[in-house]
Amino acid sequence: MAIIETEKLTYTYPGAEKTSIENISIKIEEGEFVLLTGPSGCGKTTLCRCFNGLIPHFYEGKLEGKIQVVGLDVVKHPIHELAKHVGLVFQNPENQLFALSVEKDVAFGLENLGIPRKEIRQRVDWALKTTDIYHLRERPPYELSGGQQQRVAIASVLAMQPEVMVLDEPTSFLDPLGAKRIFEDIHKLNKELGITIILVEHRLDLTAKYANRIIIMDNGKVILNGKPREILDSEKARLIGIGIPKVTRLYQFLNGKGMRLNYVPLSSEEMAKKLKEVFKQ
Amino acid sequence: MIEVKNVHFTYPSGVEALQGVSLKIRNGEFVAIMGQNGAGKTTLVKHFNGLLKPSKGNVLVDGMDTRDVSVATLARKVGFVFQNPDHQLFSETVEEEIAFALRNFGFKENVIKRRVTWALNLLGLTQYRKTSPFMLSGGERKRVALASVLAWNPKILILDEPTIGQDYGQKEKLRQFILQMKAQKKTVVIVTHDVEFVAECNPRVVLMSNGKIVADGEARKILTSPEILEKAAIIPPEISRVFLELSEFGFPTNVIDVYEAGEIILDFWEAKNREHV
Amino acid sequence: MSMFEGLKFRKVSSPIHDLDPRVKFFYVIAMFAVAVMYMELLPLIVLFLIQVPLVTMAKVTKQWIKSMRGAAFFASIIFFTNFIFSYLYQGQQALPSILEYSMAMTLRFIVLVESFSIFFLTTSPDHLGLALEKSHVPYEFCFAFTTAVRFVPVLAEEAQTIMDAQKARGLELEKGNILKRVRNYIPILIPLIVNAIRRSLELAEAMESRAWGATKNRTNLYELKLRRGDYILALLTVVMLVLAVYARWHIPIPRIMEIFPWKASR
Ligand SMILES: Nc1ncnc2c1ncn2[C@@H]1O[C@H](COP(=O)(O)OP(=O)(O)OP(=O)(O)O)[C@@H](O)[C@H]1O
Ligand SMILES: Nc1ncnc2c1ncn2[C@@H]1O[C@H](COP(=O)(O)OP(=O)(O)OP(=O)(O)O)[C@@H](O)[C@H]1O
Ligand SMILES: [Mg+2]
Ligand SMILES: [Mg+2]
Repeated sequence: MAIIETEKLTYTYPGAEKTSIENISIKIEEGEFVLLTGPSGCGKTTLCRCFNGLIPHFYEGKLEGKIQVVGLDVVKHPIHELAKHVGLVFQNPENQLFALSVEKDVAFGLENLGIPRKEIRQRVDWALKTTDIYHLRERPPYELSGGQQQRVAIASVLAMQPEVMVLDEPTSFLDPLGAKRIFEDIHKLNKELGITIILVEHRLDLTAKYANRIIIMDNGKVILNGKPREILDSEKARLIGIGIPKVTRLYQFLNGKGMRLNYVPLSSEEMAKKLKEVFKQ
Repeated sequence: MIEVKNVHFTYPSGVEALQGVSLKIRNGEFVAIMGQNGAGKTTLVKHFNGLLKPSKGNVLVDGMDTRDVSVATLARKVGFVFQNPDHQLFSETVEEEIAFALRNFGFKENVIKRRVTWALNLLGLTQYRKTSPFMLSGGERKRVALASVLAWNPKILILDEPTIGQDYGQKEKLRQFILQMKAQKKTVVIVTHDVEFVAECNPRVVLMSNGKIVADGEARKILTSPEILEKAAIIPPEISRVFLELSEFGFPTNVIDVYEAGEIILDFWEAKNREHV
Repeated sequence: MSMFEGLKFRKVSSPIHDLDPRVKFFYVIAMFAVAVMYMELLPLIVLFLIQVPLVTMAKVTKQWIKSMRGAAFFASIIFFTNFIFSYLYQGQQALPSILEYSMAMTLRFIVLVESFSIFFLTTSPDHLGLALEKSHVPYEFCFAFTTAVRFVPVLAEEAQTIMDAQKARGLELEKGNILKRVRNYIPILIPLIVNAIRRSLELAEAMESRAWGATKNRTNLYELKLRRGDYILALLTVVMLVLAVYARWHIPIPRIMEIFPWKASR
């Protein structure tokens, strides 16, 4: 069974005239790494809010259609119930850390669930070690660098041991190396712990290589949904104007001039490897 | 022209954010300042319009020491667009927002009207003239902030992190806009982490790390030197990384543009095919 | 500003930091009560001196000195107002005793600042929140308290950025008459409020996403247990209280100038 399944999901914010997402029908399988992208304002964040019940429980408004997450009907289960299964990490690390020490922040969700102290301690330490910030556990989060803060945010969601993690542009404020490390960490959570990942990101150059599925939205609708190589090479993707990775564009350019590589690269490593093969023949 | 002469700056908290920075930006130049989080980029550019004054050293804007003139006077020459538009928008309508600075600078009402119309046009905001800026999307709010600074037509334009949270289309528009400014001989300074965006614009790149400038030169040179970039927590753009891998075939290693890269690969491939025949 | 700087908690490990915040708070209140009981210089000097070892034990001497220096300004105001008013009422003859009285009033303030700064410098706001919770203050209130502590510096920084952004658009705060000056703050206040609202919405969203309100029986990572040190401090505080009350009513307290007659004989 799919871990997330929506059927004709349509939502309008309270007081808004227009729907923000419209007729979304998608299925996400357990263990997938899904990249969600599309022009600004197309409804990515809105869709993410549906995954853990912020919509419709926190934001009211009008929700139509069906949505199930880990077998639970989102409309019928409160957010704190869903929070055990779906973790959300937001763009701005500053506004998702409330405590005055890192470990207290990571413990926050578990405390809310009323988990015994001994187990909280174990799970907090585990989450801190998995995200490589164990040494920072007693520091106040606001004194950390952006990258470290975003790691704390990830750890605090991880401690709740969710099956699904949704990350909404988690690295926009970070320098390229910091961003790359976070993406690698997320990839590791997916590969090693089997956590299903939904990552919202504009910069496909940095992230396309990790995904085994890309969903592109435009104007509240899902326009493309499928394998990264097929999607990024499609005419439609180019027309919507998403940031197709440079190496994929290089591939398309060469293809157009008659140099056929027969393999759509998503990263510089893949492109270099392919070119080397061709040149060495 | 902006001249930064051996500037040190220490925040009241004791953080020494700039540790001896010297830099010269000539009129009409397009400069991207890059470097890791906390390197001192924002601190440096805040010196360009006098928001911060050096603890040691001097900053000269068109020959004027920033210590001797008020921020308001400098602001006429140096337009500064902050990273987050929500830190400056406050008016009831977009039109009012853009007129705000013009009023502060004492422009006449008929001039203000003309300038507002011009700025709205330039950034494609004419339809939102009477809309509240708070009703607009993130990308649009960013454009209003930009328009509100451009309106007084400053000679030098500073943009702090203009591409954050922007989609590809918006970035492309921004790039076109910067090129337009360049054509008008305006000086443009951007602070950014977006390597791919810089690779597409090919400006002069100033690389900062720990309060110092560690490299300065054209983008295609700096962005293709992994050893230099590493010091500033930056990763070379994708195309450059492909070419760094392919150096064994005698390819140049200073390529960052997709089409240039394509031509080089094609030439090599065709030459190789001819050999075989 | 620097007085508050001195109240900012820093994580250091020391026997004083490990004390239960409730006991420390009891100590601060007791200090407060005793300091208010006495108007004479001598006991206040004693109160001041007996706290110094606590400061050194807590390894916060540097910050503590900073907060004392910050308090110096207020202390001098207290000294001079007391001095001037008493002088006006009592005239020149009583000068030495007026001097002693004003000094005592000032020292009383300093003793209060001293004990409060020991408390805040050695108590993490997290633990303070926990102590509130354990004292049956509703959890929502405790959370609001720690969040406020967490976000005050963030908001201060944001206000600075907004001010910079508007100055960069030619806003001059010090320009014009009083009315105009007040109006000058509108472009700063509106973004500040709008951002605070936006921020609190985002915070609420993040809290909800982490199971806020899932159960009434919230657990806590930290636990407060009274240990030996706590009992010792509590006992010492009680002894001090008893002694102070006893001394207040049964022992006549000499003035400094009576102890050092050379001063009085002048
Ligand atoms: N809280 C809200 N109330 C009302 N309308 C909203 C709210 N949040 C978003 N919207 C509207 O819903 C639409 C989709 O917004 P959403 O934030 O989901 O876009 P997005 O794809 O995440 O964009 P971005 O890439 O800029 O983050 C937009 O038109 C936006 O104006
Ligand atoms: N208002 C301030 N008060 C005290 N320290 C500050 C202040 N602003 C910045 N700093 C410190 O100065 C240093 C340089 O900060 P700056 O904001 O210039 O970095 P940056 O290169 O712009 O980083 P980023 O890429 O994260 O925007 C950092 O160590 C930062 O913590
Ligand atoms: Mg979004
Ligand atoms: Mg910055």
